[in-house]
Amino acid sequence: MTFAVRVRRAFGTHWYAWTMVAPVVLVIGVIIGYPLVRGVFLSLTDANEANVERHIGVNHLPATYKFTGLDNYQAVLSDSVFWDRLGWTVLWTVGCVSLTFLTGLALANMLNRTLRGRTFYRLALILPWAVPAFISIFTWRMLYNEKNGILNKLLAGGGIDAVPWLNDPTWAKLSVIACNVWLGVPFMLVALLGGLQSIPGELYEAAEMDGANAWQRFRNITVPGLRAVSSTVILLSAIWTFNMFPVIFLLTRGGPGDATEILVTYAYRLSFIDSPRDFSASAAWGVLILVLLSLVAVVYRRALRKQGEVW
Amino acid sequence: MRRGIRGVTATALVAGLALAATACGGGEGDGGGDSGGELSGTVTFWDTSNDAEKATYKKLAEGFQKEHPKVHVKYVNVPFGDANAKFKNAAGGNSGAPDVMRTEVAWTADFANLGYLAPLDGTPALDNTEDYLPQAVGSTRFKGKTYAAPQVIDTLGLFYNKKILKDAGVGVPKSFTELATAAKKIKAKTGATALYLRGDDPYWFLPYLYGEGGDMVDARDKIVEIDDGAGVKAFKTIKSLVDSKAAITDATDGQENQLKALKDGNVAMAIDGPWDIEGARAGKAFKDKKNLGVAPVPGGGSAQGSPQGGWNLSVYAGSANLRASYAFVKYMSSAKIQQQTTEQLSLLPTRKSVYDVPAVKNNEMVEFFKPAVDGAVQRPWIAEGNSLFEPIKVQMNKVLTGAASPEQAAKATGDAYRKLLKDYK
Repeated sequence: MTFAVRVRRAFGTHWYAWTMVAPVVLVIGVIIGYPLVRGVFLSLTDANEANVERHIGVNHLPATYKFTGLDNYQAVLSDSVFWDRLGWTVLWTVGCVSLTFLTGLALANMLNRTLRGRTFYRLALILPWAVPAFISIFTWRMLYNEKNGILNKLLAGGGIDAVPWLNDPTWAKLSVIACNVWLGVPFMLVALLGGLQSIPGELYEAAEMDGANAWQRFRNITVPGLRAVSSTVILLSAIWTFNMFPVIFLLTRGGPGDATEILVTYAYRLSFIDSPRDFSASAAWGVLILVLLSLVAVVYRRALRKQGEVW
Repeated sequence: MRRGIRGVTATALVAGLALAATACGGGEGDGGGDSGGELSGTVTFWDTSNDAEKATYKKLAEGFQKEHPKVHVKYVNVPFGDANAKFKNAAGGNSGAPDVMRTEVAWTADFANLGYLAPLDGTPALDNTEDYLPQAVGSTRFKGKTYAAPQVIDTLGLFYNKKILKDAGVGVPKSFTELATAAKKIKAKTGATALYLRGDDPYWFLPYLYGEGGDMVDARDKIVEIDDGAGVKAFKTIKSLVDSKAAITDATDGQENQLKALKDGNVAMAIDGPWDIEGARAGKAFKDKKNLGVAPVPGGGSAQGSPQGGWNLSVYAGSANLRASYAFVKYMSSAKIQQQTTEQLSLLPTRKSVYDVPAVKNNEMVEFFKPAVDGAVQRPWIAEGNSLFEPIKVQMNKVLTGAASPEQAAKATGDAYRKLLKDYK
């Protein structure tokens, strides 16, 4: 059977499915595929704002950048800036994801029982999710203001010296993590609450009959029961946090100095703050971030599969 | 849960497409002005003035419609912090850029280098150019052509609370060393801190650098200068001011915190520009407007200097209504409008003739700032000029938080400059 025949036959059988899928493929191609290919291409050139093709009204300036192969990658990887930023980004991701997950898990367990005002608590805990992230972040920034913020006013009331929330490298790192945890908990909470409710109540009853205490029930029923949900949310959360541009950019702009600068905010700096904007180096950073995350995702899935996870 | 996420993605995609479609549709201005005769059509003007100034500027800009009734002026206030990126995105994407842009003096060369600005030589936009202050014209020129008309000129000065200095029994400091000495007396007698030091904005680093006789780069001989001795001394000065508690600082929100500290009387002095005069006078420490004094920026070890700043008016090269845009630039930069700006906002005109008008000449802030502007230091007007600030910002943060020594900071800034300016030594 030739290729053309096979295609025709496949299409004949599955034409309906193909038609249904086509719009999505098209949209993903335009929105994700094209920029991705273009980004990889730019990372292999010396393109910047001053040499790409531009149309300014009726004037047309042709592109004059050239192909430079892997020069950009070599420059990035041999620069200590990349490794410094990578170190902090990993720390930031691990810190945020673990704290978010543990807080979310604790809250989900607390809310997974009948207690008075449960709906109210659930709504209150989802609130950070309902508020647009940038508004929350600006609010945090106002709270953190060393001279006029509420946090320091409260501390002053207790006789404690002002804390340089965003003005000291170490404090700033803790502050951005705290803000991101606050933003991330609702997602964990909702996902884990859903997971908890899918664990059959009989298991707990049986365990209780057998004399298992609360910790043993948690350890041997809740944790395994949540594995499918938690493995997914941890991976998602890790990817989001790794690239959590708004929290860092809006709270500290990567400062003080470069203390809180993660990989994506540095790529932004190259592409939007330097002048002329350095598209090619920024694209190289972007591709490296993608490669890193893909690697993590693959390794993570392998590890899960070894534990018998079908995912 | 996965389905939920996919749903969100789909919604986002649709929203994104809708946005892209509207953005594409928004690019075309109505150009009625190119046919000769009376000016018509729309002129979109992006203004970057601050909250205290924008109402006045809107009124002045819309006054153009009185002279040219068929022209509609669309005034858009774009916050200073976003304006550069927003204009570049719009101009580079050939979609949604304004006809007339208020360009900061360091932006003009940058935008012109990218081909975003229309050369104004020989157009009606440049009117009576001999009347401009020579130092205001510097930043409007790039590679032999003129890309802007100067709108306002400014420099930094030392704002001080007359009452606090008097209560402390100290004079206005002439150097940062004097300021550090006076700080102890000010703290002891009034409880106020001597200075708010803008640790978040690298522009405020320049007086310390110029005070040691240094500069960022020498654009003529293409040499990076910031990492020589003067740069190190400047970093040392800011560090010792903060370490000795003569100054307070922040790594973020410096603009708001400085103004608030000054307005509330928590600091005796702050280095600031004429754009904050109105804002400062609104505070409780300056209920008596005469309590706000302005003096030259303190000097360093070997010199004294503050950077010359200001704003220009440029025309977008892709404007669909160039004729009306030129006329609008001419109007906004005219002596009449500049005089009104000074009367209402105490900003400094760029035209010599305006300084002869009694209302301007006798304006207290002009009286002070004019000599300061005459002595202000011009920056290198190169295309990369604006990106020279970010490396300073990173390093001054590091020095102030103790993450780097002044020597390391100066060296790191110089290295960053050599990455940006490939042909510099």
